Amino acid sequence: MTWEVVIGLEVHTQLSTQSKIFSAASTAFGAEPNTQTAVVDIALPGALPVMNKVAVEKAIQFGLAIGAKVNRKSVFARKNYFYPDLPKGYQISQFELPVVEGGAITIRVGDEEKRINLTRAHLEEDAGKSVHEDFHGMSGIDLNRAGTPLLEIVSEPEMRSAAEAVAYAKALHSIVTWIGICDGNMQEGSFRCDVNVSVRRPGEPLGTRREIKNLNSFKFMEQAIKYEVNWQIEQIEDGHKIQQATILFDPDSGETRMMRSKEDAHDYRYFPDPDLPPLVISEDWIARVRSELPELPEAMQARFAQQYGLSDYDARTLTASKALAGYFEATVAAGADAKLASNWITGEVAATLNREEQDITACPVAAEALAGLIRRVMDNTINNKTGKDVLKKMWESGDAADTIIERDGLKQENDAGAVEAIIDGVLAANQAMVDEYKSGKEKAFNALVGQCMKASKGKANPAQVNEILKRKLG
Amino acid sequence: MSLTDADVRRIARLARLRVSDAEVSEVGRQLNGIFGLIEQLQAIDTDGVEPMSHARDVALRLREDVATAPNRREAFQAIAPAVENGLYLVPKVIE
Repeated sequence: MTWEVVIGLEVHTQLSTQSKIFSAASTAFGAEPNTQTAVVDIALPGALPVMNKVAVEKAIQFGLAIGAKVNRKSVFARKNYFYPDLPKGYQISQFELPVVEGGAITIRVGDEEKRINLTRAHLEEDAGKSVHEDFHGMSGIDLNRAGTPLLEIVSEPEMRSAAEAVAYAKALHSIVTWIGICDGNMQEGSFRCDVNVSVRRPGEPLGTRREIKNLNSFKFMEQAIKYEVNWQIEQIEDGHKIQQATILFDPDSGETRMMRSKEDAHDYRYFPDPDLPPLVISEDWIARVRSELPELPEAMQARFAQQYGLSDYDARTLTASKALAGYFEATVAAGADAKLASNWITGEVAATLNREEQDITACPVAAEALAGLIRRVMDNTINNKTGKDVLKKMWESGDAADTIIERDGLKQENDAGAVEAIIDGVLAANQAMVDEYKSGKEKAFNALVGQCMKASKGKANPAQVNEILKRKLG
Repeated sequence: MSLTDADVRRIARLARLRVSDAEVSEVGRQLNGIFGLIEQLQAIDTDGVEPMSHARDVALRLREDVATAPNRREAFQAIAPAVENGLYLVPKVIE
């Protein structure tokens, strides 16, 4: 009998603000421990929280971007638990009335598209960090991160495989970085995923779930879910019941292990925070945020296909990030043919960036410079193959395409007489190939084209060589 | 509703309050008195009334997003029981 996998995600995105959600301390990453804390963050008695306007605005942006309801009134609540990196003894979060409700995003696995509904997104503060090195049998606490604004984004349990869960996490990552509410840096913990996994027989009620905490890479997420699903199925098939639990994934062993079971599961005793009256968001504010929202990936993809005549695949590839889409449009604006620009960017440029494990923001060849190269391919100054060599040199030296073509004498030989002379030379020196071709071996023709290109040091126009060669052999 | 001794112990544990065996029944009696008052409130018909999270009808004040707080680590840590390398030291956290 088959099993159905049910997955829901809770993603903590760190909102990119200058200051904390309830204090004026800096949120910059990597500072000396405890140098970025204010009285609110270390919970000195009597210190009162004051809400950061930009954190609210970023939550509104997210709500609008995913077509969710932005609540005109939402409420902050205290989530009570004791842990040394949470000095107040409670985390300020939202419970009954979150700032954002509903919404959906589209994911893609293979050729399948699927809409994943979101339950809610709420504002809350981050906790500090425990340093588990041994300080004479004690732990160290750094409260720099305490009070960093988070938007916790909760999905419905609508994913049915590890691949779908990863596709959802990636799509969400793409949206939050696209609209600029989160830097998306997973190593620094700006985008942290908790994954709820359960299995059931198709059609039956939901199984008991276990929650994998704090996954900070898509690769680990996929490994963790696959391991967990197999583990749960084996447990049930062996006659055991799944106990609700919080678990961690260990990348070294590739296994999940229990962090705490339901026995000591938290009873958070939420209640409205008396320090913070309801958050009220006006229609005007929402209208302004809506008007300032950038064009979103799906809309841009459709426009690229239509405006530039690109395939859906290319349009989707180019809109994978806002930076990449911007690079493409700047290349076209600088005079490159859109289809050629698309081919070069998704081809040679992307391949080189991949090799160097970089993204488009680190590309040493500016969009205008790439357009300069493409224009030379368009006007037949160089052929495609030479173009690739020129790009490589542009990449290394930072010189313009024209400079390199001129300096290295790479200009394509378009003079029919000169090309003809080269072809005559090749035909005379390769009688055997000529005979083969004439006896019906088509392959010999390509070999002859190759010889001609070689004899021209790559500078002949391949189309022209083809044409003249055909005429001479025909 | 009426709290049992076990409920009292659980609530005390969640709040990290030490309630001795001798105190449990007295604390339970007091808590049940409070719950009695809440029961009276809950008996009121609030159909169609918007839930109230705060007694005062005011909206949350918002501040501009500027990082102006100075580094006051030295002053803050002067009153901490134990610090090292800029970190607050606490009893070992076991996970």
